[in-house]
Amino acid sequence: MKCRHRAARALRAAAAVAALAVPQLHAAETAPAPSAAKAFVPPAEQAMPEGEFGKMVKRGEQIFLHTRQYAPANVGNSLSCASCHLDAGRRANSAPMWGAYVSYPAFRTKDGAVSTFAARIQGCFSYSMNGKPPPLGDPVLVALESYSYWLAKGAPVGTKMPGAGYPKLPPPALAPDFARGRHVYDANCALCHGPTGQGQTSAGQPAFPPLWGPDSFNWGAGMHQVGTAAGFIKANMPLSQGESLSDQDAWDVALFIDSQERPQDPRFTGSVEATRKQFHDTPDSMYGRVVDGHLLGSGSK
Amino acid sequence: MRLANRSSRPLPALVAALVAAAGARAATAPVSAEAIADNGLPPAVPACQTCHGAKGEGNILAGFPRLAGSGRDYLVEQLASYASGQRQSPVMQPIAAALSTGQQAALARYYAELGPPRPAAAATDPLPTQAGAWLAARGRWTADIPACAQCHGARGLGIGDAFPPLAGQPAGYLAGQLQSWKRGTRPPGPQSLMAAIAARLSDDDIAAVADYYAGLPADGAPSAAPAGATR
Repeated sequence: MKCRHRAARALRAAAAVAALAVPQLHAAETAPAPSAAKAFVPPAEQAMPEGEFGKMVKRGEQIFLHTRQYAPANVGNSLSCASCHLDAGRRANSAPMWGAYVSYPAFRTKDGAVSTFAARIQGCFSYSMNGKPPPLGDPVLVALESYSYWLAKGAPVGTKMPGAGYPKLPPPALAPDFARGRHVYDANCALCHGPTGQGQTSAGQPAFPPLWGPDSFNWGAGMHQVGTAAGFIKANMPLSQGESLSDQDAWDVALFIDSQERPQDPRFTGSVEATRKQFHDTPDSMYGRVVDGHLLGSGSK
Repeated sequence: MRLANRSSRPLPALVAALVAAAGARAATAPVSAEAIADNGLPPAVPACQTCHGAKGEGNILAGFPRLAGSGRDYLVEQLASYASGQRQSPVMQPIAAALSTGQQAALARYYAELGPPRPAAAATDPLPTQAGAWLAARGRWTADIPACAQCHGARGLGIGDAFPPLAGQPAGYLAGQLQSWKRGTRPPGPQSLMAAIAARLSDDDIAAVADYYAGLPADGAPSAAPAGATR
């Protein structure tokens, strides 16, 4: 034991000397480029209100961040709201909730009707979360509406705000390509989302979200559209390195990800062909297309 | 900050002593990773356990990091970059250089598989006033800083092969690594993710987040959870 004490002393002395010897070459702090220069700034976390309404806002934030944990009856996969709406729904160009809240009611082709904001969130549960939408007035829905309303404090209603939604990329120079997309995926995405898009867990809890397969968003989700995914990827991926991929890479990798099998569209009519014709009749959707010899949508449950 | 000022850096005197103490027993036959961990490879390689603990648990007081439970790929990469000098440490550079690539790989596997138990625990959200915990759970996206938890797990227990656990590591070690990325004395790592993020962290951020993770239990036990904030 005496020996160990001596060693510890020697250790500390050596460490002190070495600390002096290390050159203090601080790299200049690289200020990241602001991704949306004039984007709306939602209220600070510290400004969250007190009282009953504040409790509901906080509950909405918790559901937003840990959706499966706080809304287990409504979630059918490993995703959370914050998987696609980064920074707890605050981040510009990541479909921030302050941008969404002030954009409804609106006519949606997808619904064939004027939809409210609550109905829009229900859609997220049906498609992106591959689950069961909470009914109108359900505490889960009320909490998410409250949180979004609070994030939009001071935002102009009914105006298209900079940074709302995902950016719309210009059409790619070359038609998006599956093989090129695979290369982009392997080099930039597989480290976190896994070689087969399955995502990764930490201590058994979902961590990096699955991008395809049974535990990801289904064929009805907005992110299954190549253009939507390309815009999200370009602005936000790899995480913390948004705007680093070229537009072409973003289109190619979006096509690659959206050409993989995933849970069936809940509106499935019984036939992939008919379902494509009714709901996916656009170049933006790979549903019902044959890729790598596989009819997409035919392996979905 | 309890331990962050205690440097985990170089201990050439100690290593010299250890190497001498290890004697001149020549290694002729192939040696298992466990044997290297327990006994070293005299004369160049002291037993890993001397600094990193009998089960790779590290040494909080001396600032030596835990190895058990870090991903195999991560550990392989660290040994390789010590050996090449890209990751700088007067202690680890000569040790790693004295190991064959096969021995490096075997040790990485050995320590990766010595992982601590990882019980699942519910996430607990901090308050914005808890600087380290908040940065860990939420990041600071206005400066393009993601939450540490997004790549290291909700309780800092690590994710997969490439994202090592942070929970329960010595604060001085964690702060030292973030500073090393800022200085360029540690390779930027996969896709330069950490080098870029570290460059966006202030010294206060680094101290706060290192202290926070040092205080989390290495096995994810909920008892030492950060103060909850579910109002």
